Amino acid sequence: MNTCPEQIVHYMHAYLDGDIDHHDEQLLNEHLQQCKSCEELMDDLTDAVQFIEQAEPVQAPTGFVDGVMTRLPKEKSQAGIQRWLRGHPFLAAAAMFFVLMSASLFTSYGNDQQFSVTKQPNLIVEGETVLVPEGEVIKGDIVVKNGELRIEGEVDGNVTVIRGSKYMASTGVITGTSAEIDQAFDWLWYKIKETVKDVFNVSEREKKIEE
Amino acid sequence: MDQLINKRINEVLKGNQEAFEEIVTLFQHRLYHVCYRMLGNRQEAEDIAQEAFVRAYINIHTFDQKRKFSTWLFRIATNLCIDRIRKKKPDYYLDANVPGTEGLTMYSQIASDRELPEEEVEKMETQKRIQYEIGRLSDRYRSVIILRYIEELPLKEISEILELPLGTVKTRVHRGRAALRKQMGDL
Repeated sequence: MNTCPEQIVHYMHAYLDGDIDHHDEQLLNEHLQQCKSCEELMDDLTDAVQFIEQAEPVQAPTGFVDGVMTRLPKEKSQAGIQRWLRGHPFLAAAAMFFVLMSASLFTSYGNDQQFSVTKQPNLIVEGETVLVPEGEVIKGDIVVKNGELRIEGEVDGNVTVIRGSKYMASTGVITGTSAEIDQAFDWLWYKIKETVKDVFNVSEREKKIEE
Repeated sequence: MDQLINKRINEVLKGNQEAFEEIVTLFQHRLYHVCYRMLGNRQEAEDIAQEAFVRAYINIHTFDQKRKFSTWLFRIATNLCIDRIRKKKPDYYLDANVPGTEGLTMYSQIASDRELPEEEVEKMETQKRIQYEIGRLSDRYRSVIILRYIEELPLKEISEILELPLGTVKTRVHRGRAALRKQMGDL
């Protein structure tokens, strides 16, 4: 067998794979007729393959399909949401923005524990109490955070009290709107309104500058 | 056939888990058969074939519907089988002593487990013998021989399943055939 051309074994495998051309097949046949050991090898290879090909099909056991179905991860919420997010990237981004935005607003609501008040002339501040003195007129808005507001005089503008209290004396007058904010939701709403107003004011100011 | 499968896949993608049941029913026997031939054990074959379907379900969105579903499914299954075969090997040290015996190492255990004596192999009935001979092949030849001669798949498809170049698949089929001949010729 050692004297046989190496190509012959390649031809054998090519023949068994079914991709041998006519010319090579003739060469192989001619060689096998002359060479006993190569003929034997060819027969052995063919036998080995034919032996394996006798393998009978094996069926999956009963209950196989049910087994797969119970092993599947539970559908519903998780996969549904993931699929929805993949399908609607823009809405997903908008939702994400809203979540982060409100999270940051809620954080500032919680952290902002310090007393503060809008600076206005004529306002009297004692500790955490802000007083609008009797007979005085405050021109402009007043915002009090984490403190008390007593109005004995007149406020020509809006009054907002965030997490605090407001007392009106019988002589007190507010010409604008008055609001007390205690709930987180109110706070959020107030913040959004303020932001919108700011944006609006800025653009108005820019217009004025342009003029 | 492909059209029907893609229709079911689209239903699964929309969130209908029930539609996957039909896919499993269609392919269960072929997939189980391949796993059984690879692993030679019914329990393991069932476990791995079911796992393959579960992985297919989880990753169904990565399947390219222009391709053949069975090719993709067989790829998942053969990879899982090869992992399982390779993991089984180094579970023990071969030269460790077998507890309760004197001077008997795992080498002798393996030899008596995998390489049966000649007389016993000759007495084996054909189906058992086929599985025995396949099991003696190394995993790289085993997968190729099973897909070629038991699943009767074309070489091109085998190269797609195993993600190997066609030339490599051909070489493995040739060597696998030569290894089978040698194994069986020994007897």
